[in-house]
Amino acid sequence: MAHRWTNTLTRNDVTEERLWLNRRQIMAGLGGMAVAGLAGRAGAAEGLEPNSYEEITSYNNYYEFGTGKDDPARYAGDLTISPWSVKIDGMVDKPGEYGFDDILSKMTLEERIYRFRCVEAWSMVVPWTGFELADLLTMAGVKSGAKYVAFETVLRPDEMPGVRYNVLDWPYVEGLRLDEAMHPLTIMATGIYGRDIPRQNGAPLRLVVPWKYGYKSIKSIVRITLTDTQPPTSWNKANPNEYGFYSNVNPQVDHPRWSQATERGIGGGLFAKRKDTLMFNGYDEVASLYEGMDLTVNH
Amino acid sequence: MIADRINAATRRIPAWPLYAISVLPPAWFLYQGLTGGLGVEPISALEHELGQLALKMLIAGLCITPLRRFAGVNLMRYRRAIGLIAFFYVVLHLLVWLVLDVGIVSQIWADILKRPYITVGMGAFALLFPLAVTSNNLSIRKLGAKRWRKLHRLAYAAALLGALHFVMLVKGFQIEPLIYMGIVVVLLALRLPLQRVPFLRASG
Ligand code: HEM
Repeated sequence: MAHRWTNTLTRNDVTEERLWLNRRQIMAGLGGMAVAGLAGRAGAAEGLEPNSYEEITSYNNYYEFGTGKDDPARYAGDLTISPWSVKIDGMVDKPGEYGFDDILSKMTLEERIYRFRCVEAWSMVVPWTGFELADLLTMAGVKSGAKYVAFETVLRPDEMPGVRYNVLDWPYVEGLRLDEAMHPLTIMATGIYGRDIPRQNGAPLRLVVPWKYGYKSIKSIVRITLTDTQPPTSWNKANPNEYGFYSNVNPQVDHPRWSQATERGIGGGLFAKRKDTLMFNGYDEVASLYEGMDLTVNH
Repeated sequence: MIADRINAATRRIPAWPLYAISVLPPAWFLYQGLTGGLGVEPISALEHELGQLALKMLIAGLCITPLRRFAGVNLMRYRRAIGLIAFFYVVLHLLVWLVLDVGIVSQIWADILKRPYITVGMGAFALLFPLAVTSNNLSIRKLGAKRWRKLHRLAYAAALLGALHFVMLVKGFQIEPLIYMGIVVVLLALRLPLQRVPFLRASG
């Protein structure tokens, strides 16, 4: 069921004209009219101005390629993304290896302009292309009794220099509750600005859950498992005190080491001001998923 | 010997050019930050570059005494400049945090009190402040060499806190801050047993 959600944002992120022009120039320099045109349309339609392609693809956290923000852009080039397949297993009717092209041929791609909020208190706006995770799960057939979805990132030491260090317990794993996974906001992204998603952003397909901190949106997925028990998640394993299973964006629950009340939008230069972080990153429509839950305990 | 040659070569080089040179790296980073050379998040990049510079200079300052004791290289003449430059970098690092990074007074206080790595960083700054203020001949005379030297042992604690601050702020298990911490610990350890060797104590 594609197109269940459209950009109806509750708040406009106003951007100065100067920055806007700047971005268009950067993009024109990068790749021509198609991209600039898309950006223009996206920005105008929602009042939510996407970051430039350059910003989105040069400032990344993808620790398999190194812990520096520019490491993924520098070192992800060697990652083999074709052929690619995703193993879907666990409590599904049709388990198996699903080829990437095979998946794409059955899914409806659409553009979703989402806020992206990193746990490190910076944020971007990204024009993703992708399909609803619900459609993929429905294709595989979710068995009754399944309650969670577990995800796993590819692990290739030969192509991923960062995994030489045990920054995290590799491979990277993440998880969602089934209702979160089935929510129309939750997508599998395959593109940015209408182009194939670059390796540093999680090629060829990654999760995007816009109301959660960025690390929940696991990249370069090779396995999806339906289970009835809460799956382990990488950051939670590394430091359960700092990173919970839910990891919903929440300005009232600080990271133990820094405040989550504010964030800085990427691309504002040396004098960018912080802005208030929004509950659920501004996606209030997901609040009902957590009714009755203490979001401080279940952070 | 190499040490003799270094000593001979540096005998005629005064310390003051170091002050002038020390302005160049932060000026360069600032220029880069203004012109896009620090990437799309220049505030955090500038903050990190200045933090690294500060820690490196603190470590350089701790090297002077062991270099003389164990290698016979005498760079004592430059120690004050190195220490003051380290402090200068810490101040710039702090300023970036105060003005560019946080910029919200209520959040600044909350962070200093609530965030352990900020508290530790501020602790290092607080320890360095009296050292910077007394890094001049008049203060040495007023305090007396003995008390002055005692006071300036705070540099050891400041370096430890600076490295600890770095260890505390990274996500996941990362090597780099641990390497810095290791270097600081070794440099401090080199001083410990020798304090008890009588003929070395005099050279302080
Ligand atoms: C002796 C004093 C200090 C030293 C040696 C020092 C050193 C450092 C170093 C090495 C880094 C990490 C650089 C990197 O990741 O490449 C850093 C980051 C940082 N420091 Fe300091 N620092 C000191 C004092 C302070 C003070 C007083 C504050 C603020 C009150 C502060 C705030 C920060 C912040 C906010 C970061 C970045 C944290 C992040 O991005 O997660 N530091 N510092």
